[in-house]
Amino acid sequence: MKILTGNDLRSGAVTWWNGTGWSLFVDDAVDVGDEAEEILAREEAARRVNVPYAIEATIDAAGHVRPAHIKDRVRALGPTVRRDLGVPTANKTGWDWVI
Amino acid sequence: MYRYDQYDQAMVDARVEEFRDQARRRLEGKLTEDQFKPLRLMNGLYLQLHAYMLRVAIPYGTLDARQMEILADIADKYDRGYGHFTTRQNIQYNWIKLEDCADALADLATVEMHAIQTSGNCIRNISSDHFAGAAADEVVDPRPYAELMRQWSSFHPEFTYLPRKFKIAVIASEKDRAAMRLHDIGVRIVARDGEVGAQFYAGGGMGRTPMIAPLIRDFVPIDQFITYAEACLRVYNRYGRRDNKYKARIKILVHELGAAEYIRQVEEEFAHLLSVGVEPPREELARITAYFAPPAFVDGPKTVDRSDPDFALWVDRNTHRHKHDAYVSAVISLKPAGGIPGDATSEQMRVVARLAREYSFDELRVMHTQNLLLPHVRIADLHAVWTALDEAGLGAPNMDTIEDIIACPGLDYCSLANARSIPLAQRISERFAETGRTEVVGELKLKISGCINACGHHHAGHIGILGVDKKGTENYQISLGGSEAEDVSLAKITGPGFDEDGVIAAVEKVTDIYLATRADGERFLDTYRRIGMEPFKEALYG
Amino acid sequence: MADNLGTSPDEVQFRFRDDEPVDHAAVTVDSCCDQTNATAVRIEPGDDARVLLPFLDRLALVEVNFPSFGDGRGYSAARILREAGYAGELRAVGAVLIDQLSHMRRCGFDSFAPDKRLDEEDAARAFATWENVYQRAADARRTIADKRHEA
Repeated sequence: MKILTGNDLRSGAVTWWNGTGWSLFVDDAVDVGDEAEEILAREEAARRVNVPYAIEATIDAAGHVRPAHIKDRVRALGPTVRRDLGVPTANKTGWDWVI
Repeated sequence: MYRYDQYDQAMVDARVEEFRDQARRRLEGKLTEDQFKPLRLMNGLYLQLHAYMLRVAIPYGTLDARQMEILADIADKYDRGYGHFTTRQNIQYNWIKLEDCADALADLATVEMHAIQTSGNCIRNISSDHFAGAAADEVVDPRPYAELMRQWSSFHPEFTYLPRKFKIAVIASEKDRAAMRLHDIGVRIVARDGEVGAQFYAGGGMGRTPMIAPLIRDFVPIDQFITYAEACLRVYNRYGRRDNKYKARIKILVHELGAAEYIRQVEEEFAHLLSVGVEPPREELARITAYFAPPAFVDGPKTVDRSDPDFALWVDRNTHRHKHDAYVSAVISLKPAGGIPGDATSEQMRVVARLAREYSFDELRVMHTQNLLLPHVRIADLHAVWTALDEAGLGAPNMDTIEDIIACPGLDYCSLANARSIPLAQRISERFAETGRTEVVGELKLKISGCINACGHHHAGHIGILGVDKKGTENYQISLGGSEAEDVSLAKITGPGFDEDGVIAAVEKVTDIYLATRADGERFLDTYRRIGMEPFKEALYG
Repeated sequence: MADNLGTSPDEVQFRFRDDEPVDHAAVTVDSCCDQTNATAVRIEPGDDARVLLPFLDRLALVEVNFPSFGDGRGYSAARILREAGYAGELRAVGAVLIDQLSHMRRCGFDSFAPDKRLDEEDAARAFATWENVYQRAADARRTIADKRHEA
């Protein structure tokens, strides 16, 4: 599936497109199919997200979204060396899928 | 150390307000991200993997207790209670919000600090010898010259949109503790027949095309120092490549033109600029130098009580000879075994600040090795200092050992990285500490970069590790034989890379070869230079 | 075609001169060196400003084009011309942004024709940002160091 990610303009936090807005949790990401360009342009112009881009991802049976690229998997949870600072969703899904 | 006068302060204050205005225009949509990016970068604000990252300049690595305490306060107030000290003697905060950034900069300005030109294609923070003003072997204190350059390079109207970033290091001894020849310009302050002048090297650097800077002028009279630097920069600004960002650093220009042609062009521009008159008045250097007058050292004991072996080891490892024989410079290790190289909590910063105030004439340094330093500690006070450091988790006796690893933030924080650096540093330091091999191996500079940009200085490591992306997984290449010191050399790659477990085993094998073949008194680097790559290759791939 | 270059006076948004602006097109640096009557020339980033030095007396307008704001060669070109004594209009054109105005001014530019008009208020603030300066440059302002050591 194709999902959208970027950073919040004000805070810098990593965000994921959930179909209606930008979520902090990767599991909220939705497949945008071929609408990626349109959503990216609109959302960036409205400054609801900063430097967004589309990435490949998979979704497992339990509904966990897994970005294809290691860099976006690290972005999804936070620094692997400071798990205490990780995105709260890490508590639900664990870290074992990141690397 | 240097103190701002009303002019310096007004410049920094104006910059805070300028940035506040720029951030406002960005948030209001008057600036696009493309337009805002170079502006925020010139204020040290990156957009990193997880958040904005703010890099604060610590000019030539010197700061006082009050400044360190504000750095700690900023970590608590705007970030997550810690900061990361870098190879360019700066500090980075990993979680700063754009909407808070101007406030953080305003707090910094209250203690004469800023984030000006810590990024962007401009002249970056000037770095220097961390032992400046304390080392027994320096010709003069290099920092006044670095400060003169700081002022000259701050908001330089002509050199703010250079082809690429530009890093300058200034030292003043034969020993090179600042990787001077791996900078875009390296300056060594020298004395000839009683006259002080500057030796210039240009076109060094690491990155994807590492190069050692050639000497471009053996002696620039000190009253033409800034003029000569201006000439170097103007030639670069006009002729440095702008068609390919990977070929835009001055090292490529110097390499493509040849040093002789670059020198010819610089000399021509220098002669012209001498006629224009861009040098600051002579009195300015004297004014700055007065701020760096040595503190009032007093005589005292020259030896320590070595009855506590842990303390004795720390003294042997982490202290450096001082120009006054009752003092030493004491390295504060930010490399606890298993820790994150260069990271310090706000509490640790406050401990360090207190120790500086009590025991080091209110002075601190950031070292390019990502450690901190108390430059002037009375030998009589060493035990008290060590005890306090040890309690704060800052007493690791490992300067210049294999535990004293330089590591870039890597894929844990950096959007450019291909692989993580920090976990390798953690595992290697932990492993060597556990097995007690650190002391056996002795001086061994291990440097890890998470991508080809080489922020972890892997080209200059006795052992270098470069993280690469191999079909979506982390892979690590080993190189050997680099040095950033006066015996500067670039490390050579051993061969195919390893996975994370593999590279840790490989580092152990490499040190095994060293231990088995070293001659008396040889460091790892010396043995490598004597026996060459083959025995190491054999052990790794044979 | 190549010689039908340049910005017209009404494209100039900021001008710090009292004389009448040149109202005809500029020529390229190459053409300028060939034609003895050209009074306006346009410098591109790759041009060597020094080839114009023999002709400075007859030039009334030098435009320095910034096709992209990140290409800083035009700052050196401007200073080189001023250092050689050029006193005519020096116009920054193209990708000229608010936050570059003060540096450009210091390098000797005295008119600005941004390809996108700038917010007047933001620009006024930008021109006034630096009350004092560290470096000697083409604007001949007394530097901070000069002020520190004046008798």
